[in-house]
Formats: sequence, structure tokens, C-alpha cells
Amino acid sequence: MTVPPVLSVEHLTIRFGGLVAVDDLSFEAAPGQITALIGPNGAGKTTVFNCITGFYKPDVGRLTFRRETGASFLLERMDGFRIAQAGVVRTFQNIRLFPGMSVVENLMVAQHVKLMHASLFSVAGFLRLPRFLHAEAQAIERARYWLERTGLVDQADLPAGSLPYGAQRRLEIARAMCAGPSLLCLDEPAAGLNPRESQGLNELLLSIRDEHGISILLIEHDMSVVMQISDRIVVLEQGRKIAAGPPDEVRVNPEVIRAYLGVEDEETAVAVLQGEGARA
Amino acid sequence: MRLFGRPLNGSVRTFAPGGARVGNFRGRMAYFLQQLINGVTLGATYGLIAIGYTMVYGIVGMINFAHGDIYMIGAFVSLVGFMLMGTMGITWVPLACFLVLIFAMGFTAVYGWTVERVAYRPLRGSQRLAPLISAIGVSIVLQNFVQLAQGARVKPLPPMIRGSFELSSSGNFQVTISYLQIGIILVTVALMAGFTYIIKFTPLGRAQRAAEQDRTMASLLGVDVDRTISATFVIGAALAAVAGLMVTLYYGVIDFYIGFIVGIKAFTAAVLGGIGSLPGAMLGGMLIGLIEAFWSGYFSIEYKDVAAFGILVFVLIFRPTGLLGRPEIEKV
Repeated sequence: MTVPPVLSVEHLTIRFGGLVAVDDLSFEAAPGQITALIGPNGAGKTTVFNCITGFYKPDVGRLTFRRETGASFLLERMDGFRIAQAGVVRTFQNIRLFPGMSVVENLMVAQHVKLMHASLFSVAGFLRLPRFLHAEAQAIERARYWLERTGLVDQADLPAGSLPYGAQRRLEIARAMCAGPSLLCLDEPAAGLNPRESQGLNELLLSIRDEHGISILLIEHDMSVVMQISDRIVVLEQGRKIAAGPPDEVRVNPEVIRAYLGVEDEETAVAVLQGEGARA
Repeated sequence: MRLFGRPLNGSVRTFAPGGARVGNFRGRMAYFLQQLINGVTLGATYGLIAIGYTMVYGIVGMINFAHGDIYMIGAFVSLVGFMLMGTMGITWVPLACFLVLIFAMGFTAVYGWTVERVAYRPLRGSQRLAPLISAIGVSIVLQNFVQLAQGARVKPLPPMIRGSFELSSSGNFQVTISYLQIGIILVTVALMAGFTYIIKFTPLGRAQRAAEQDRTMASLLGVDVDRTISATFVIGAALAAVAGLMVTLYYGVIDFYIGFIVGIKAFTAAVLGGIGSLPGAMLGGMLIGLIEAFWSGYFSIEYKDVAAFGILVFVLIFRPTGLLGRPEIEKV
């Protein structure tokens, strides 16, 4: 591929005491594509996310993030908030909204960097100078756009913690998008959603990719999501990469069928990987 | 600690010795009104200091026991400021007060910032108890520093703002509100309004509220949490400095030890209002001030601290989270 990848993970290794959580993992995420990271529980998927977003410092390995502008960042050397400012934004497996703040304020916090800059560390914000008001109007416009996309406009002024579960999931994605990422890392966005909601999620993620050109890195157990929308899938098992490729290839890879599900019954395994029927 | 043991207003002792024995109904109302004015003035200063406790607790989850001494620093810086004004020949009182206010806020804010940077930030992420012990250490350091640098004796400041309005007089008891009391109340109200505005409507305030709810998540959205925490300490210290200035003007004497008891009272105010809640801190400060004033006015000055802390215990029995506090939500 001629376009450099938005994220390259090279020889990533992280140990917790004697346990090797991620072992010499290398993969790339292409720009403007959805890359899924799948694997059985404990395979190290979330650990990889934690390294990318600065939670953990890897023992070995290099994580390079490249913006469309050509600027590149070595993520393993940066603080969490600088990684976010550079353009890598993540969500969590368990929802982490600011429950006591209103829905729209959650989205405003995500645009903090821009607003803080425009407000000269709040001085202009306090005096309501035009440059701040302009930036604030833009931020509200952007928040409104994402509320419309996620169908949360009517709930804009409710406390985020009072929303139903599915709406909170959508709000998390809206908030991440308001932070202006070029790489969006989603940790199990479909967890706990019913089939209709996860269908809506698929459409949302595809439109983020296609209309906004944002690259997405996705951890997901729900195969109906993974198989339908991913451009590429990376399969982990016990911290190692066992397969990578487009969904059609991964789906029939015997190694994946064996390892990912750990089931003897091949028919069940295939059925799950096809995204049909019960989840493992 | 005799500083607050003095009668709050000279007229109280002169005309109403030992409490509410001022004859008729009008007289009693006048006496009540006078205590109300005194209490509100006192409560205003407690409220300003309590904000510092409650903000820091909200965002970092620690009790900054050095905050009372930051207030003491504010008082001393104000005193030095007035000396400077004198040597520079600025004698117009409103201008001098304004300049000293800015000077004290700025200087004390630097103290607040430094204390956080040196004593608390390196301990972030360690056990909960470590920064608490560190705060007690800072408190001792600040007290001893001022004692060495300024001497242990009480420092007087001649009264600068004289004069008062007479609101009513019945018989030989007058209800007065001094210009200084009006000034204290107005400045406090203005600061609290400005402060509430910052917290509610500016990006900094939004970041503070976000960091209070989930520090990690805030940083993953690009908020520089360390800087936000520094800003919290700076704002808290600046507000404490204003309280220090007002108390210096009001009582006219300060020493290196005044931060202790006032710090404890303001902390009590924060807990009474519900620690972590900003309106709670303001309300709590006001209540503690009023309780003290009324207790001194109707019962005995000696036991006013007992009354304030007694009310705290009583409220906490029925509302463990304080008056305006919310129960802590268990994070999953």
C-alpha cells in the first residue's frame, strides 16, 4: 500500500510480572479503514488499547501514529492527554461518561483543548471576548451535529447518567468524535446492545469511516458487527497474533476457528464466526 | 487563640452585656439584626476559605490541611502590601485596598501553586494517606516559616476603614453596619458569583468538573489534568488570600497561628455544606459564621466553637453527606 498506515504497532510486548500479556505483536491500521482486533477473553486486546492510549508503557515495541498531515507521533513516549490531543481517542468497555454533567456538556469537555486555546486559559472565556464566543459557537454546532447523528438531540440537557444504556453507548461515540480524532479506538462498543441497536451502531461506524474519513480500531466480540463492517481483522490469542486479513479470509481460517473459540465442534465455531446465532 | 474571642462588635458588649436582655420586642429585634450582620460578615470569610477545601477535595480527593495556613499567608501578604502602599505614598484607602487585594491574591496564588507542585503532585497515585500527611507537613512548614520570617508577635494594623451606617436605634442600643462589613459582604458576593460563573461556564470550569468525575477519562479527551489541578489550587489560594485580607482589616491583628483554627472552621463549613459541593461550602461557611455570632450574642463567647462543632456533629448524624452533598456513587 502506498499510503502509510495511520497506526503501526511494531514488536509490542508487555509483561505483568511473569505473565506476558502481549507478546511481540505487530500490525498496522490503514487510514480510512476499520480494523478489528478480536480474540478470546484475556487475549490482550484491551492491553493493546491501553498501550496505544498511554495507560501502560510497553516493555518493548514501538507505536507510531501518523496524521493525515504527515506528522507522526511515537505514542509510547507520550502522556495520555497528549495522545488524545494528537488525535487518538478511545472509549471503554464499561461506559465512562461524566454522569453528573449534561449530555451536551459531555460533548463540550471533549472539545476542551480547542476551547481552552481560544479562551486563553479561560481569561477570554471569563470576559466573553468575541474570539471565545466564536469558538464556543463552533463547539456547540459540532456537539449538535453529533447529537443529531446519534439521535440524542432531545436528551441534550439531561444528565448523562440518566440516559438508558444504549443511548449512553452512542453518547460515548459522539463524545469521542467531538474530540476530533483521526484514529478512533472503540473497546467493545456493541457490548450489551440489542440486535437493532447494534445494527444502528454498524451504520454509525460506517458513516464515520466513509463520510468523515476517520480510521477506526475496534475491539469487539459481537461477530455480527465485526464481520459486517471491518475492512481488516487482526486475531489475537494469548497475546500473539495468529491471523490477519479481510473478514472473508479470517472467517475460514482453521487456526482462528480452533483458537478463537476453543470449541471442538467446528460447525458451531463457523456459525459464530459467520455472525449467526449465539455468541460464544 | 483569642483572635475570635473578642466581641464581634463593640456595641454588643457595651449595650447588651451577657446576652439578650435588651428589654422590649423592638430592642430584641435590633439585637438579633446586629448579630445577623456580624454573623454574615464572619460567614463570608469562612465561605471563601471553605471553597478552597471543597474544590481540592472534589478534584483530588484529599483534604488540604495546609489551606488554613495559605489563608494566614494571605493575611501576612496583605499586611506587607499595606506597608508597601504606605511607603509608596498611596494613601487613598479604596485604591490601596484594591491594589493590596490584587497583590495578595497573586502572591498567595503562587504559594498555592508551589505547595501543590512540591508537596502533592509527586504523591499523586500513591496511597490516600500520603498527601494528607504531606499537607500537615506543609502546614507546619508554613507556620514556622512565617514565625521565623515575621516574628511570633501579634502584628497590628491600624484601622483603615472607619465609619458605619446606623440602621436603627431603640433606646440605647443601635444597630450598625460598618463600611468595612458592607465591603466584606460585597466583595464576597462578587467573588462567589465570579467563581460560580467560572466553574459553570468557562472551559476551565468544565474541565474541573469533568476531572472531578473521572480524571482518567478527562485526560483521554485531551484535558491536561495536572494543569487543571494546579488551577484549582491557585483559585483556592487566591480566594483564601481575600479572606486573609478582609480579616486583617476587620480584626486589625494577625499572627502566624491564625490559620489553624480558621482552617479547621472553614473545613467544618465545607463538611457541613457537603464536601465537594461548592454551593455547600458557601452555605456551610455562612451557617458556621451565623452560629458563632448568635451563640456569642445570646449565650457565651467562650463556647462558640463548641456550638459550631456541635451543630456539625448533629447535622452529620442525620445527613452524613452534609447539607448539599450527594452520596458518593460507587464506581464500577
